[in-house]
Amino acid sequence: MNALFSLVSALIAVVALVVVSWFGVEAIGLDSVFGVIIPYIALAIFVIGVVYRIVDWARVPVPFRIPTTCGQGKSLPWIKADNLDCPYNTWGVIGRMFLEVFLFRSLFRNSKAELREGPRVTYASAKWLWLFGILFHYSFLIIIVRHLRLFMEPIPSFVQTITSVDGFFQIMVPTFFITDILFLAAVTLLFLRRVTLPQLRYISLPADYFALFLILGIGISGVLMRNFFKVDLLGVKSLAMGLFTLHPVAPPGIHPIFYVHLFLVSVLIAYFPFSKLMHAGGVFLSPTRNMANVNRSERYVNPWNYPVKVHTYEEYEDDFREKMKEVGIPVDKE
Amino acid sequence: MDLHDLPKPQDLMNINLNKPPETGWMDNPAVFRDGTYSYPAAGKNLKRLGMPNPREWAPTDQDWKLPDNWQEIILKGMKERLEKYRSFRLFMDICVRCGACADKCHFFIGSGDPKNMPVLRAELIRSVYRNDFTLLGKMLGRFGGGRELTIDVLKEWFYYFFQCTECRRCSVFCPYGIDTAEVTMIGRELLNLVGLNINWVMEPVANCYRFGNHLGIPPHGLIDMWEFMADDIEDITGIKVNLPINKKGAEILFVTPSGDYFADPGTYTCMGYMMLFHELGLDYTWSTYASEGGNFGLFTSHEMIKRLNAKIYAEAKRLGVKWILGGECGHMWRVVHQYMETMNGPADFLEEPVSPITGTKFENAKQTKMVHITEFTSDLIKNGKLKLDPSRNDKVIATYHDSCNPARAAGLLEEPRYVIKNVVNNFYEMPENTIREQTFCCGGGAGLGNDENIEMRMRGAFPRASALNHVVAKHDVNRLLCMCAIDRATLTALTHYWAPDVMVGGIHELVANALIMNGEKDRTVDLRGEPLGDEEEDE
Ligand code: HEM
Ligand code: SF4
Ligand code: SF4
Repeated sequence: MNALFSLVSALIAVVALVVVSWFGVEAIGLDSVFGVIIPYIALAIFVIGVVYRIVDWARVPVPFRIPTTCGQGKSLPWIKADNLDCPYNTWGVIGRMFLEVFLFRSLFRNSKAELREGPRVTYASAKWLWLFGILFHYSFLIIIVRHLRLFMEPIPSFVQTITSVDGFFQIMVPTFFITDILFLAAVTLLFLRRVTLPQLRYISLPADYFALFLILGIGISGVLMRNFFKVDLLGVKSLAMGLFTLHPVAPPGIHPIFYVHLFLVSVLIAYFPFSKLMHAGGVFLSPTRNMANVNRSERYVNPWNYPVKVHTYEEYEDDFREKMKEVGIPVDKE
Repeated sequence: MDLHDLPKPQDLMNINLNKPPETGWMDNPAVFRDGTYSYPAAGKNLKRLGMPNPREWAPTDQDWKLPDNWQEIILKGMKERLEKYRSFRLFMDICVRCGACADKCHFFIGSGDPKNMPVLRAELIRSVYRNDFTLLGKMLGRFGGGRELTIDVLKEWFYYFFQCTECRRCSVFCPYGIDTAEVTMIGRELLNLVGLNINWVMEPVANCYRFGNHLGIPPHGLIDMWEFMADDIEDITGIKVNLPINKKGAEILFVTPSGDYFADPGTYTCMGYMMLFHELGLDYTWSTYASEGGNFGLFTSHEMIKRLNAKIYAEAKRLGVKWILGGECGHMWRVVHQYMETMNGPADFLEEPVSPITGTKFENAKQTKMVHITEFTSDLIKNGKLKLDPSRNDKVIATYHDSCNPARAAGLLEEPRYVIKNVVNNFYEMPENTIREQTFCCGGGAGLGNDENIEMRMRGAFPRASALNHVVAKHDVNRLLCMCAIDRATLTALTHYWAPDVMVGGIHELVANALIMNGEKDRTVDLRGEPLGDEEEDE
């Protein structure tokens, strides 16, 4: 599986999705298939899928307490323990998880090894992945929140606040959102990282490119329909409200680019439970991060612990009794 | 293969981290090149343990003499483990291939082989997982990143899972904490199901099972070794230390890796323990049955960890001690800290450990009832219970190598440093990317510290060596301290090849050098028998 193959096959897949939805609406008039049926199915797959995956993970036992300790553990009272990198109680675990989930703490440690004459190796700071990752996830989050204005009437005030802050810099008319730019930039940079860094290119699978292209496609179609195709927003809103209130209708005359956008989103959420995107839920269950390093102070039970064959002291003494007596080692049986 | 056969460091490191092969990794089978793999386990060792498929074979053979249904065995084993270990299951599912872990592995940095990037190491097994256990993988095959479990894939597993020292450095950097060491552990368990294992792991395991220690030393042999050390101590200090063995009713059972009994420089550390305990008048005992703190079960399977580890509590119970003290070791402490009590506990026949000298309660060990020697000693020093003369170590300019397991599996970072700083005047840290939780492996952990694997070991040792050479150049460091028996052996080869002027040693060797003992004679030599001061040194 080489890099080009992965990239091209993923690109073809996403382009095919775009073409299918565009022509499905434009040429065959499947507005309500792409506007109503598919989104509902996708949402159902997403919800059921995510719940299923999480329950499935949660059902698998954690037999041992295996936190990765990234700081000083709690031992003697005068040694300062690091509760965030090596938690010794639930608050520490919560703090550690908070830093991981909201600030990508571990990614922030990233460095880049470089070989030099000597030979020696140096470690340059490498926070790009962290930066792109943060930009990507937070702009994604804000964009999702902003979308709520389509589904709700009246629009909740926090959505309005976020929307107006996001659109504060009126670069174009209508408002061009900062997060749109950051989002597209971040996804593009994540993609460029993947194709330009040889190590990363080597490990990338079609699935890695597929997710990026799909998300990029969503972003681009979104920006296009807002700023260039000037999609009928009222129509979109009535469709969205309809979906939300379970009285779906696909109003006629919405530009196909909207259906492309909606279809790509549908594919993304339907794909989500089956893919690496589940890292979003998985991170919370990761035993190296969500367990406290109280290994020696609190009991931990393995639900499937079973008896094993051991070599007992009696067997050992039977093997060596005479020799032990000769050299004066006390024995249990004379 | 021998150290002398290796090319010069500069030539060895003529590699490029940024030039993966043209062929994609799925189609690039492993090549067993001399010096980069370990010899397989002798059939007799597997037989002794009742493990599957004992036979004689070599990785370079075409036919590995596997059972006919090996595929079925492995896939069944995978299924079982996917249902028993959330770690394994999750780590199969959530990697985003972001590459953060890629250049964090010492074997990748030292070899440039992309399959030594933790992410690819895990993908070797993940590709099979996708192919056989996930919906998209089953539907899409290769497009879905799936790969059938062929004999080449299995051979690749053997090569690369025995090219991971289970050091957990990658897991520090992964945004989801994916621990490739955990994947390797499961990978090795699966390999063991069809009789694929290495002798440098299985021989110690088989020995430990029967004799109580890795080296297969019978009880009467152990006594010789310990008494030999006691004699050396007497020569150096004039004091005959007491040497309690299998003593019932002692307060404390002392367990340390057997590597400390038989070879320099571990023996100096072992002498250090004896001197310290004697000076304290500690009511303790050595055990011949539990004469091994190390546990190569960790490099075999979870079941084997338990089978070997069971001796420690069993012996504590038989001898009727109150609690257990453990010596300087790396992987032993992963087992004690993360597995022992869960596997073989609860040890409710023991008491919560209290230092008989200072009265300090070791709250952090109140359930396991096993205390780390640097916790014990740093508490003694903090309470002023030891008379120390660090100037006796003035010839030593030290740096400290955090062993992977105490650092990343137990969070033991400050205790050893506190002890070191109190017993030696010259101490310099290596660069921060290479110590504490980011410490680099010695290159020979997890059973890979054998001679035939020497090239790969020296490659894996390179990041540690590079950091060491940094402080050698800057501060004239001449002693690499560590608290791990495997390290004391493998780092010695490391310094030999990479930093010939540096000696390797344990912490309690320096403690004992500095320790002013009651009634000792005027000391002129250190535990290595080398003159203490500079005067005698120059001609
Ligand atoms: C601890 C929390 C999280 C961390 C550390 C994290 C980190 C990452 C990283 C490193 C990538 C890979 C970028 C690349 O391709 O190189 C990624 C991708 C992605 N993440 Fe997260 N993520 C987290 C939580 C979430 C959450 C809560 C969501 C919610 C939807 C999410 C959705 C995505 C998506 C859609 C992608 C893009 C797909 C891709 O690039 O493969 N992530 N994340
Ligand atoms: S850092 Fe973690 S998520 Fe990223 S490639 Fe490595 S194992 Fe996968
Ligand atoms: S555990 Fe250590 S040796 Fe194994 S892949 Fe991770 S960094 Fe490499």
